[in-house]
Amino acid sequence: MSPNELSTATAVELAAALRAKTMSAVELTQACLATIARENPVLNAAITVCGEQAIEEATAADTLLRRGDGGTLTGIPLLHKDIFCTRDVATTCASRMLENFIPPYDATVVSRLRAAGTIMLGKTNMDEFAMGSSTETSVFGETRNPWNIHCVPGGSSGGTAAAVAAGFTPLGTGTDTGGSIRQPASLCGITGLKPTYGRVSRLGIIAFASSLDQAGPMTRTAEDAALMLQVMSGLDPGDSTSADIEVPDFRANLGDPISGLKIGIPKEYFSSSLEPRVAASIQAALVELEREGAELVDIDLPHTDQGIPTYYIIAPAEASANLSRYDGVRFGYRCEAPTDLNDLYERSRTEGFGEEVKRRILVGTYALSTGFYDAYFKKAQQVRRLISEDFNTAFETCDVIAGPAAPGVAFGLGTKTTDPLAMYLEDIYTLSVNLAGLPGISVPAGLLDGMPVGLQLIGRAFDEATLLRVAHRFQLRTDHHLARPVPTAVNP
Amino acid sequence: MGLEVHLQLATESKIFSGAATRFGAEPNVQACAVDLGMPGMLPVLNARAVQYAVMFGLGVGARIGKRSVFDRKNYFYPDLPKGYQVSQFFEPIVCEGKFEVPMPDGSLFPVRITRAHLEEDAGKSVHDAYAGQTGIDLNRAGTPLLEIVTEPDFRTAEQAVAYLKSLHSLATYLGISDGNMAEGSMRCDVNISLRPTGTEVYGTRTEIKNVNSFRFVEKAIAVETERQMDILESGGHIVQETRLYDADRNETRSMRSKEVANDYRYFPEPDLLPIVLDDAYIDNIRAGLPELPGAKRARFIETYGLSDYDASLLVDSRTTADFFEAATDISKAPKLTANWILGDLAGALNRESLDLTESPVSPEALAGLIVRIADDTLSSKLAKQVFEGLWLGEGTADEIIEARGLKQVTDTGALESLVAQVIEGHPDQVTQYQAADEAKQKKLLGFFVGQVMKASKGQANPQRLNGLLRAMLDSG
Repeated sequence: MSPNELSTATAVELAAALRAKTMSAVELTQACLATIARENPVLNAAITVCGEQAIEEATAADTLLRRGDGGTLTGIPLLHKDIFCTRDVATTCASRMLENFIPPYDATVVSRLRAAGTIMLGKTNMDEFAMGSSTETSVFGETRNPWNIHCVPGGSSGGTAAAVAAGFTPLGTGTDTGGSIRQPASLCGITGLKPTYGRVSRLGIIAFASSLDQAGPMTRTAEDAALMLQVMSGLDPGDSTSADIEVPDFRANLGDPISGLKIGIPKEYFSSSLEPRVAASIQAALVELEREGAELVDIDLPHTDQGIPTYYIIAPAEASANLSRYDGVRFGYRCEAPTDLNDLYERSRTEGFGEEVKRRILVGTYALSTGFYDAYFKKAQQVRRLISEDFNTAFETCDVIAGPAAPGVAFGLGTKTTDPLAMYLEDIYTLSVNLAGLPGISVPAGLLDGMPVGLQLIGRAFDEATLLRVAHRFQLRTDHHLARPVPTAVNP
Repeated sequence: MGLEVHLQLATESKIFSGAATRFGAEPNVQACAVDLGMPGMLPVLNARAVQYAVMFGLGVGARIGKRSVFDRKNYFYPDLPKGYQVSQFFEPIVCEGKFEVPMPDGSLFPVRITRAHLEEDAGKSVHDAYAGQTGIDLNRAGTPLLEIVTEPDFRTAEQAVAYLKSLHSLATYLGISDGNMAEGSMRCDVNISLRPTGTEVYGTRTEIKNVNSFRFVEKAIAVETERQMDILESGGHIVQETRLYDADRNETRSMRSKEVANDYRYFPEPDLLPIVLDDAYIDNIRAGLPELPGAKRARFIETYGLSDYDASLLVDSRTTADFFEAATDISKAPKLTANWILGDLAGALNRESLDLTESPVSPEALAGLIVRIADDTLSSKLAKQVFEGLWLGEGTADEIIEARGLKQVTDTGALESLVAQVIEGHPDQVTQYQAADEAKQKKLLGFFVGQVMKASKGQANPQRLNGLLRAMLDSG
């Protein structure tokens, strides 16, 4: 394969090439590292690159492959969002607070993917502590969108999205608390799946909002997502919220036709907040699904508008507690020469956290305070149940829900950084899915003025298989997912 | 007064991690990544802690929460690694109950249990290890605690202490706590308020934190009551606050007042699922409960004819109760056995600072002694010498009696000859005796008893001797 082919190939294709011995895992890894070396100075998608270690892992993979051992993912490179703890490799959450944090353990997702034979190329940039929709709040600087380097890649898993789009790696991991896999996948023209809450272990993932966080695959195709999800899924005794539910073979029925499948279209997802041309792209995608034999039905998700206020109470409330451990006492950033305990706390946290993180800690702390708990947190939990019931009701008349993943295409760097509310609106179509704990996927649905649009599909709890099947059928029919940005090295 | 007790549960590992809970290890060797609050770490509930909490709930006759939920209690402190403590605030595992506490006078004092909930302990600040700096030892962080809260039912320090002793006894019976107060296995907070006699409304309360011995609880209540009384009588107001009992100075002093107190911002812990218990689980635990102090006490009174007082003392610890039953099984003399356990044996153990489990005298050995008292082989005085032999490991009671020649002289012939010798040797006293009134006679009788005892080297049976002496003197 030529370098250009390599950078657009899927994991399934690469696995076949490795097995056919037309290429070794070391060659593949070297090619990926070369792309990173060439493109990353502009994109800033990867913040740690483990070149030597990756080559060592690839060498070991080649040994396995030569013996005819290993699984489908043996020798396939990937990048982890820098929120996954990686043993002996810096894990920063893109925060000054954890700039020098090197965990002595792997997240379950990391160890499972490692055990499956993947090669870890490094760690990707993100919004600090996963709080953001643009990957601009990272202490390591913003990541740029490979389709237009003056635009954001979305966030918070923007580093992985940009890396997969730019050909750094065929596979990457992300986490999605309110849309942090699907929105950047949409803005970077890749496939990003947020599994059902509980499908994938959260152990070793630095917590943002524990009842919403979920890790998922970010790939070039739905088939690759199925491949990765297979390895990532399943009960973990170390995460009490991981589900003790059977993991199906996600690739088994991927190609099955979707004729007769009912796809629900929520009118609330096509309101005035959606850019009209994005709406048109999504409508066009829906027509393709109809041509596949699916039946489009109108549904209501009446509490959609309450999603943002509900989310922005629950997520910050949980975050305010989750981030209390960063106090300068045991690990992480500690201020210079604290005068007393309060000074240690105040300055370590003031200096160690960025603006958006501090904003959310303040919001969350307020929402949980005596006298406000009932009005905010408790009320938000009640509305969360209503949102969940909306979906339950909808799934009585449809099998999958379809709509946009984001209200628009990638926006310009810096255009929303001073307006948190505008930034929060980026997740209007995704965060209800987290509140309800459901699986959602974003797949490329075409380009608008050269910038990708993402179609979001939402499924029933633990029915990722149907989502992946619809996405795969869509990708068999269309070629949106094959579109690739021009390498930034020749597109300054 | 109302009490809050933090009871450390005797699980092998911590409530949310696999780290060990042993006391006294080197600092921070028993703190794993979960206990340290490391990024990405998650709690996993220890099933044994749940079982112990349910055992306790059933033991105090409380309602078990079929669904209980963990909450986060948020505050910053260096010994609290996560910046929040995982506790149960909204829905505890043990709900309301009523606990009957035996008082020293033998009566039962009812205490209403409000609730008991599971939570994790914090670590410890170490202030004396580094000059000018504070060290943190997180070995204790994550140790399971059961916080037991009562209604404000206590009116005296005596009631409070009796309740605590009773709770301690229950916990050790159930085997859910080692009950070692010196190592902090049971810590008590006392909420205390005063009100004028005859009024209904409680006054403003203060909370005395972390009192860790029964004696200190008693003293802390006394000094705090006095302090509040002085303030109220001089027209002042009590400030609602947390106070600390200083045992060295025997005073309480302010830790922090409620106005600047933490807002703990409790909310449900999203990293843990609710604990849902079904009837089968609870019934199974109920079926496996040992006989508890209350029931055992009643049985001891009923079956062995013991006094309320003795029964209460014996059942106070399961070891003592078991010792008593094992010994009585052989001695067939419950009252005598109880007296020896609570008297000479307890005294000897106390002198040597030994626990009953470390007693050099086994229940069988003690029973052997009691059998010889019951059959009049030994007088109580001789018995003490035999006991000494048992304590020193000289063999069984019978072996010691033989070896030391301590057999009591009960044989009438032998006694008669001893008495005759003494009467003969003290003619003046005999004359005095025969001339004296009843009161005087009694006194003189004592003299003769003493002389006979002396002549018999203490081995004369005192009861028999009395009768014999009287008869022989009277017949003069």
